[in-house]
Amino acid sequence: MARTEPKKDVVIVGLGWTGSIAGIELAQEGLDIVALERGHDQSTVPDFQYPQQIDELKYGVRLKMMQKPSQQTLTVRRSGDETALPYRSLGSFLPGNGVGGAGTHWNGLNWRPMPEELRLRSYVAENWGEDIIPEGMNLGDYPVSYDELEPFFTRFEKVAGISGKAGNLNGEIQEGGNPFEGWRSEEFPMPPHRATWDSQKFGEAASAMGYHPFTASAGIASTSYTNPYGMQMGPCNFCGFCERFGCYQYSKSSPQTAILGALKQYPNFEYRTNSEVLKVETAADGKTATGVTYWDEAAQEEVFQPADIVILSSYQLNNVHLMLLSGIGGPVYDPVTGDGVLGKNYAYQMNGGVSLFFEDEHFNPFVGHGANGIALDDFAINQNDFGALGFIGGSYWRSGTFNGQPIRNMPLPSGTPSWGAGWKEGIGRWYGHAMSIGSHGSHMAYANNHLDLDPTYTDRHGRPLMRMTFNWQDNDLRMNQYMKSKMEPLAASMNPDSMQSGFKDVGAQYDVRPYQTTHNTGGHSMSETAREGSVNRYSQAWDKHNVFVMGAGNFVQNTQYNPTGLVGGLAYHTVNAIRTQYLSNPRPLV
Amino acid sequence: MTDLPGYPSRRNFLKGSAAGFALTGIAASAEAQVEAPVSLDEYETEYLNGAEWAFIMAATARLIPSEGDGPGALETRVPVFIDRQLAGDYGSADDWYMEGPHAPDAEPARGWQTPLTPAEVYRQAIPAFDAWCQSSHGASFAELDAETQDAALTSLSEGEVELSSELRDFWSLLLSNTKEGYFADPQYGGNAGMQSWVYIGFPGARAAYREWPERHNIEYPLGPVSISGERA
Repeated sequence: MARTEPKKDVVIVGLGWTGSIAGIELAQEGLDIVALERGHDQSTVPDFQYPQQIDELKYGVRLKMMQKPSQQTLTVRRSGDETALPYRSLGSFLPGNGVGGAGTHWNGLNWRPMPEELRLRSYVAENWGEDIIPEGMNLGDYPVSYDELEPFFTRFEKVAGISGKAGNLNGEIQEGGNPFEGWRSEEFPMPPHRATWDSQKFGEAASAMGYHPFTASAGIASTSYTNPYGMQMGPCNFCGFCERFGCYQYSKSSPQTAILGALKQYPNFEYRTNSEVLKVETAADGKTATGVTYWDEAAQEEVFQPADIVILSSYQLNNVHLMLLSGIGGPVYDPVTGDGVLGKNYAYQMNGGVSLFFEDEHFNPFVGHGANGIALDDFAINQNDFGALGFIGGSYWRSGTFNGQPIRNMPLPSGTPSWGAGWKEGIGRWYGHAMSIGSHGSHMAYANNHLDLDPTYTDRHGRPLMRMTFNWQDNDLRMNQYMKSKMEPLAASMNPDSMQSGFKDVGAQYDVRPYQTTHNTGGHSMSETAREGSVNRYSQAWDKHNVFVMGAGNFVQNTQYNPTGLVGGLAYHTVNAIRTQYLSNPRPLV
Repeated sequence: MTDLPGYPSRRNFLKGSAAGFALTGIAASAEAQVEAPVSLDEYETEYLNGAEWAFIMAATARLIPSEGDGPGALETRVPVFIDRQLAGDYGSADDWYMEGPHAPDAEPARGWQTPLTPAEVYRQAIPAFDAWCQSSHGASFAELDAETQDAALTSLSEGEVELSSELRDFWSLLLSNTKEGYFADPQYGGNAGMQSWVYIGFPGARAAYREWPERHNIEYPLGPVSISGERA
């Protein structure tokens, strides 16, 4: 028997980055708000504190900060011809769990998209013509431009506390920054980080080849910092435990360090943990949502939480799943007919890299942070001649030590045995004497890559799991091979004792086992019209005007960058629309 | 090697003081004040039975042998780590989605699809592999000489040992769990005395390197600490 809670103005589903942003911005309006979080509560102290957090096995390998598949997962197949099978143990991607979500355990790689990436179809059409768009690629424009989002990128960067050096201030190219980035209205909130030995070597080699290296922007504090909500960060000590870990010293941007402490001061805001939302409920006329039904783990019962506004701010995969279960976000996409919108445009990331071995040099790989390094954008989306190269896309490159813990980070020259005396000799000889350069590349949306409900497998509540249909596509694989052809000569110019490349090639099949990236995008993509996507330019559901959907599910196709900067910018753009346009007159804003 | 002014380098320190010994001596005496761990022969297992323990002892001793530079799996007590992991929530796959139907014959790229937990895979695969060793080499794995054990493990790693598809991830589990036990914090039973960290030069749970980003191409001089605060 379901219990019903008193009605709220706003219910927020998922208390990570975007749920925290929505919470604090709408709390400032005096609205009565409740956030529902599937996982547990967690704070820097006691949950991330030293030394318990410095535990590679528990967090890096056993993944104790992550979503448990026993509680929530999905099924995966590579094509419509395969039977989807459950993602039973985590591998390829690692959704977070608990308050703060994936914002607690990310690397802090905060990038803005390029202006061209938000109008990519038009950019391609203007420069090469639509004929170069491969069959089956859903190339689109975002319904909101870089110029419109710029103030909101700036806002998110101030809140999150981002370190870096601007390369383009109001159109003026700046020494030391990325000359190919979109314009910025202001300098970064904090100066760039110091360079470790590997990044220094990479930067020098890149400059010698005529490229344009710069210090990567980082959601990692380089100085002491107080953000617009009065939250304080302390400078990073390069402890090396970022990705898969909570930050023990208030240096990594996260909902905990940037927002939650301030948000919890508002008496009109409350949050309930161990509260898993099962369904968004719809009014009889079908035009609005009435609230959400959730599972209260402590009381072991279903609860109906009525609300005037519903904000879906769980992880991309879980947002799409909830929309599929609730009938929100338009008709479900059908890859055969091309009809429908929900579940369409699922995309990922195309990455590769080179490892370089220098027996006589010391890299101290444990000294670093998740966004450490020197980067370059000379092969970025707005630098590549798509027509001549035969693909649409690009990547940024970066070199910098991070995660140098030995269970997971033990690069050895090819030919080294994987066990036995030869392996033991190899780890003694090579640990600390290797560096890497990574290529972090775009991933387009395709007709065949999509999300819907699985016909066979169910979760602990009896709900169908979501089903992912996904495989690598030739366009992105060709992009990856191009990066290989450009990166290997740069790496060779550094004269390592040996080097080896890892770039997927045409024909590669998606393998769910090795970690690749937790940059799952699309599925409830934003669009100019209700025929093309699930939400409008304000992330407002086309079919239920009081439902706003946050996160990377809004992406039309993925960019070449880590998604958090765009996710944060879109979240501030959305809450600004709610505050300035929607509250006074609730209605479809487009 | 470049030494940092004002710091003893790790290697020079080792060279200058009879030292591999001195360091382990310090760790051992710190441990002794708490409680010296029982020898592997006297260890009472939490999950593995006698035959399984004999197999794990023998197999890990070949996966990370004692010969040559650096500690082996037995000196670092990797078998204790594996036993405890299998007895805990990892062994029973508590965090994993284990509902059927299962498709253990699916391509490996589809991920873990056996109905068995990691602990169950060990339980069923060890006798199956021992039976293969018996028929191929005339004795169970633990009773073979080291050279034959290496040959048998090579066969296992290359998929030449007929195991049912439910057990096909046995080799990768065994190898990855062995390396985990070698490198994980000592609180989990392996990496005794932080010997693997000393060997490769990983400082463990120090996690504070504020002056180090721009100390380019200089070897970090300090030995490791564990989560419980021991030094080596």
